[in-house]
Amino acid sequence: MINRFLMSRFGPSLTGAVVGVLAPVLVFLGNPGNMGVCVACFGRDIAGALGMHRAAVVQYLRPEIAGFILGSFVSALIYREYKPRAGSAPIIRFFLGVFAMVGALIFLGCPWRAYLRLSGGDLNALWGIAGLAAGVGIGIAFLWNGFNLGRSAPTAKASGLVMPAFSVLLLVLLLLAPQFGRDAAGLPTGPIFFSKEGPGSMHAPAFIALGAGLLIGWMAQRSRFCTVGALRDLFMLKDPHLFYGILALLVAAIGTNVALGQFKLGFAGQPVAHTNALWNFLGMLLSGLAFTLAGGCPGRQLIMSGEGDNDAALFVLGLIVGAAVAHNFSFASSAKGPGPYAAVAFAVGMVFCLAVGFLNRGRVSA
Amino acid sequence: MTDKILVDARGLSCPQPVLETKAALESARGNTVEVLVDTVTSRENVLRLASRMNWKGTWEETQEGTFRITLEK
Repeated sequence: MINRFLMSRFGPSLTGAVVGVLAPVLVFLGNPGNMGVCVACFGRDIAGALGMHRAAVVQYLRPEIAGFILGSFVSALIYREYKPRAGSAPIIRFFLGVFAMVGALIFLGCPWRAYLRLSGGDLNALWGIAGLAAGVGIGIAFLWNGFNLGRSAPTAKASGLVMPAFSVLLLVLLLLAPQFGRDAAGLPTGPIFFSKEGPGSMHAPAFIALGAGLLIGWMAQRSRFCTVGALRDLFMLKDPHLFYGILALLVAAIGTNVALGQFKLGFAGQPVAHTNALWNFLGMLLSGLAFTLAGGCPGRQLIMSGEGDNDAALFVLGLIVGAAVAHNFSFASSAKGPGPYAAVAFAVGMVFCLAVGFLNRGRVSA
Repeated sequence: MTDKILVDARGLSCPQPVLETKAALESARGNTVEVLVDTVTSRENVLRLASRMNWKGTWEETQEGTFRITLEK
């Protein structure tokens, strides 16, 4: 019954509404402001917790991400949609993930968080959403001209178990937080790092965060909720059913934020956000283009990796590596503003994405 | 006896199966269009497009897990 509804035209709307309620509740329970769920921020925190970057304020093994993958995995198994597949330009997808994350960390959020920021009253998100739409628009131009990354093919059944196993491993590391590394003074340090202050130190109770992640993962798998597909299908095909998912998310999240006293309208002083309009726009433009070329928003890529899509899994690993790169190369923004090398990151990312767009064309179908 | 147009969209990412199907439906001129996809997501997306363009769709699953969608005006 509920499955029927989730698979119908209204499925993305129901999923959006649930995300819109759960995300502000997770903030209320301890997650950073307007960051109830954010694939970019959480991927960045995971990269930090694994020591891949050493920005001490953004290190935590966010259980929501493991929940998305595991929720999708279980759902795909139950409904016979677990179909391991691979081989559609994996290395290109990996780097699309890298640059999607670099762009998202210039803006400070994935598309989900762009809408969640807006629903908390953060008007800077409007620039990001405009940039996202522009990036999707460029991606659409490539799609109209025959862009594609080639076919994937069915592959070893067991390959689809890797990402769910990786998710379980992240949860085990969250629980055990091993400290068998030693610093110069011989004191325990790493390999797992948790922030003592800053956004990384703020989190809802882990089992609630995991539960929310599992529920969202399951619902998103059934409904194909996708924030990039939403704009793409609206512009390209005049099909709004995914876009209604975003509207439902916005309405539910604004309502929940107001009810919890978390709604604060304005540009200045917003949580984990900066006020530089140009870089909010350009960061999300780069991200939006990378997501469109890869075929879906980062949340959707996580869900597909849970279904056994090896190529989506590589995109996800690209996101995590991209987060490490963004911080290690000072590409990432902070609440103070864009990082000193944001322009370099943007230029390199755009050259890569445009090259991918121009070089991968031609019909693959009869 | 009309010709059949075949669209093999197996293994393609979103939104390619839908775009390929759309192009085929627009040039079909009353013929039957057959679309091959290999995920339930693509199957539903293709059927949704077809119904929005007023085409009738049926599908069957082959042994290898491919969905064979038949679209008729």
